[in-house]
Amino acid sequence: MPQNLKILGRDDFSPSTFALEVYHPQLAIAARPGQFVIVIVSRGAERIPLTIADFDREKGTITLVIQAVGQSTKQMQDEMVVGASFLAVVGPMGIPSKIGHAKKVVCVGGGLGVAPLFPQLRAHKENGAYVMGVVGFRNENFLFWEKKFASYCDELIICTDDGSAGIKGLVTLGLEQSISKHDDIDEVVAIGPPIMMKAVAETTRPHAIKTVVSLNPIMVDGTGMCGGCRVRIGEETKFGCVDGPDFDGHQVDFDDLMTRLRRFAADEHLALERWQESCLAKGVTSGKENR
Amino acid sequence: MVRKIANPHRTIRTIPQDRTPIPEQPPEVRRSNFLEVALGYRSQDATLESERCLLCTDKPCVAGCPVGIDIPAFILKISEKDYRGAYDVLATSSLLPAICGRVCPQEDQCEAVCTVADTLEPVAIGRLERWIGDMAIEEGWASIPYSRPNGFKVGVVGSGPAGMAAAADLAKAGCEVTIYEALHEAGGVLRYGIPAFRLPNAVVDAEISNLTKLGVQIECNTLVGRLFTIPQMLNEMGFDAVFLATGAGYPRFMGIRGESLAGVVSANELLTRANLMDAGDFPQVGTPLGMGEEVAVIGAGNTAMDAMRVALRLGAKNVHCIYRRTKEEAPARAEEIHHAEEEGVQFHWLTAPIEILGNGDGRATAMRNIRMELGEPDDSGRRRPVPIPGSEYEFRADTIVYAIGTNANPIMGQTTNLDLNEWGYVKTDEEGATSMAGVYAGGDIVSGAATVILAMGAGRKAAGAIKRYLGIRSVERDETRGPYGVRPGEKIHTRLMMPSGAKYDT
Ligand SMILES: Cc1cc2nc3c(=O)[nH]c(=O)nc-3n(C[C@H](O)[C@H](O)[C@H](O)COP(=O)(O)OP(=O)(O)OC[C@H]3O[C@@H](n4cnc5c(N)ncnc54)[C@H](O)[C@@H]3O)c2cc1C
Ligand code: SF4
Ligand code: FES
Repeated sequence: MPQNLKILGRDDFSPSTFALEVYHPQLAIAARPGQFVIVIVSRGAERIPLTIADFDREKGTITLVIQAVGQSTKQMQDEMVVGASFLAVVGPMGIPSKIGHAKKVVCVGGGLGVAPLFPQLRAHKENGAYVMGVVGFRNENFLFWEKKFASYCDELIICTDDGSAGIKGLVTLGLEQSISKHDDIDEVVAIGPPIMMKAVAETTRPHAIKTVVSLNPIMVDGTGMCGGCRVRIGEETKFGCVDGPDFDGHQVDFDDLMTRLRRFAADEHLALERWQESCLAKGVTSGKENR
Repeated sequence: MVRKIANPHRTIRTIPQDRTPIPEQPPEVRRSNFLEVALGYRSQDATLESERCLLCTDKPCVAGCPVGIDIPAFILKISEKDYRGAYDVLATSSLLPAICGRVCPQEDQCEAVCTVADTLEPVAIGRLERWIGDMAIEEGWASIPYSRPNGFKVGVVGSGPAGMAAAADLAKAGCEVTIYEALHEAGGVLRYGIPAFRLPNAVVDAEISNLTKLGVQIECNTLVGRLFTIPQMLNEMGFDAVFLATGAGYPRFMGIRGESLAGVVSANELLTRANLMDAGDFPQVGTPLGMGEEVAVIGAGNTAMDAMRVALRLGAKNVHCIYRRTKEEAPARAEEIHHAEEEGVQFHWLTAPIEILGNGDGRATAMRNIRMELGEPDDSGRRRPVPIPGSEYEFRADTIVYAIGTNANPIMGQTTNLDLNEWGYVKTDEEGATSMAGVYAGGDIVSGAATVILAMGAGRKAAGAIKRYLGIRSVERDETRGPYGVRPGEKIHTRLMMPSGAKYDT
């Protein structure tokens, strides 16, 4: 069943973040919270892993939320408009999140991590849990999906760096508030930049609250074949793509993850420069500051 | 009419004494290009070499071939200049002669037991096979018999040699076959692993297009187990049987210090970036290679040789091979080690890595190794390498490549309840049947990392078992009445009975 992989909807949250609704009915049926896909924009482009931020089985779509930081994601921002198609969308990959019998759950999302957190949060809610959301953004301009979250949360704390929306402070502040209010939290789910997930894990460690994090190492195939996505979990080496992406936050070596995420920094810089030059040459504005 | 050969009474004295050399690109030229190293026989070379075969009646070479190719028969056809006939002999046992002729370890198989090898160098069976295989591609010969669709639908998971072979046999039997492949291109290791200078892309493309000519559908970008499961294929998607050929994957690491540093990769990662993603062309393409100038590869198997030779071609200044045993014990083909040596790879035999050192900013800069000596024999009968105390040394390396083997890929285990063995490989009987009715498996996912020819053989064996399971019977067709496309002696298949809409549940 060749798919047409068309973009049916797009929502630009900020100058650099946007959501794409991609048509892939089979994937929409198969997707479970916590899983990701690998997309290829065009011939010769990278294979880019993206967590599934939502799926709509009736419409046959999955939603991906992207931050345009490097060459590939900026190219996506420019080219993946409504009506355009991906060359490939493979997945769903990874082991789905275990939505167990937790009665009280805090779902913590930071920045772009707020998007992939959504399916888990919804699943916990639908499973009958008391769900608290703690979501953090740089400022009110970066805020998105707050209504979507509010409709599935029993309590929602929004945190911004400057206090322009919700409370002023990091998500760990919001999390601490939840922990002090409820002494019977079964599970904390955290998705966001590694530094944030590390801070969340350190916040819950003294309380011995089970903490699940979703890791986003650099990937190539996403099928367990290359080991590029390996992460340190306790004393073990695991592959993020097939053994994860969810791991026990108290076992993850976040420093190792952060080092490994930087391993192509120089190349990424080169690719971005080259791409921006070629955009200038073509007279296309990149970065979309004017959007 | 085919010319019968003048002197079938060949003896070791009368045959050409020297093995016909194969023209090769000189090492200093080829180490900076991805063109094929061995250029292939010309027609006179092939004729000459074919005359070295003694046409033994006991055919030790056939027993040495994992798929039992009738070797003297195809070689005789070459001597008789009946090349299509030679191809037909090959094609009855091997589906991919142009590939196997290139990548099979003939020196351990057919050529190892060739009678001529008792006295002289063995007949160059692999080179002859490749020559005929290439001719078949050029001439567009494919054994594409007419087969009446039999109404059965078979799904194949994985497009490596095992999956390709099973798909071809099942399509020839009249089944509607779909191959699902997780990556964006078909071919398995033939595509992402084995580099073009050993196996040109055009050869893999040709074999894949032969599959599509047989009517096989190939769906890339489809991760089976996750997009849909094996039970779903059988119960919801209308497949009557499934063949699993997902390969070994999951590269091993050692667990020494410094393994997370940038620059430390598996051979599969380096090769996939280079072969599948064309990262050598970065930044014209999107995927970076991430390779430095001082490359050390740990291991001495085929994968290690490929990684080293790819590194050289992509601009590494120095390439080192670190192996804890001796050259004699290195698992790579002798020819590969020889080629790597010629191209300038520096071999550190009896050396084991103990640590990878970084620059403080997460990048690998050096390796610490220790010298080994051979001690008492171990379980495998090989003398166990033991470290020599105080022999540690450091050397510069900014790229460290692990080529020390693979473990079983966990996806099938995670998404089905197929019986696996203790190492996580799929358990099957002799024929490839798994613990689930209608589901067969073969290739590296059953055997662990092995060879192209064994994977292909397993695919064909399982295809046979699937045909029996579905009740498809082979019949010989009479040449004069055969529909167009069926050659004399070729088989076509008919269905014995059609289970009326029956589904094979798990
Ligand atoms: C670098 C290298 C060099 C080698 N050199 C030689 C050589 O010279 N000679 C030789 O004989 N052998 C060689 N081998 C070994 C040989 O390539 C393998 O034994 C052979 O390819 C195994 O075939 P296979 O069909 O079992 O699996 P593979 O070739 O591994 O193919 C499996 C395919 O299945 C796909 N897949 C996996 N999981 C899924 C899923 N869930 N859904 C869909 N698709 C999936 C994979 O992406 C892959 O394309 C080499 C191996 C490597 C890695
Ligand atoms: S063993 Fe050698 S000489 Fe004998 S038939 Fe086989 S290839 Fe020919
Ligand atoms: S991305 Fe290659 S093994 Fe995970």
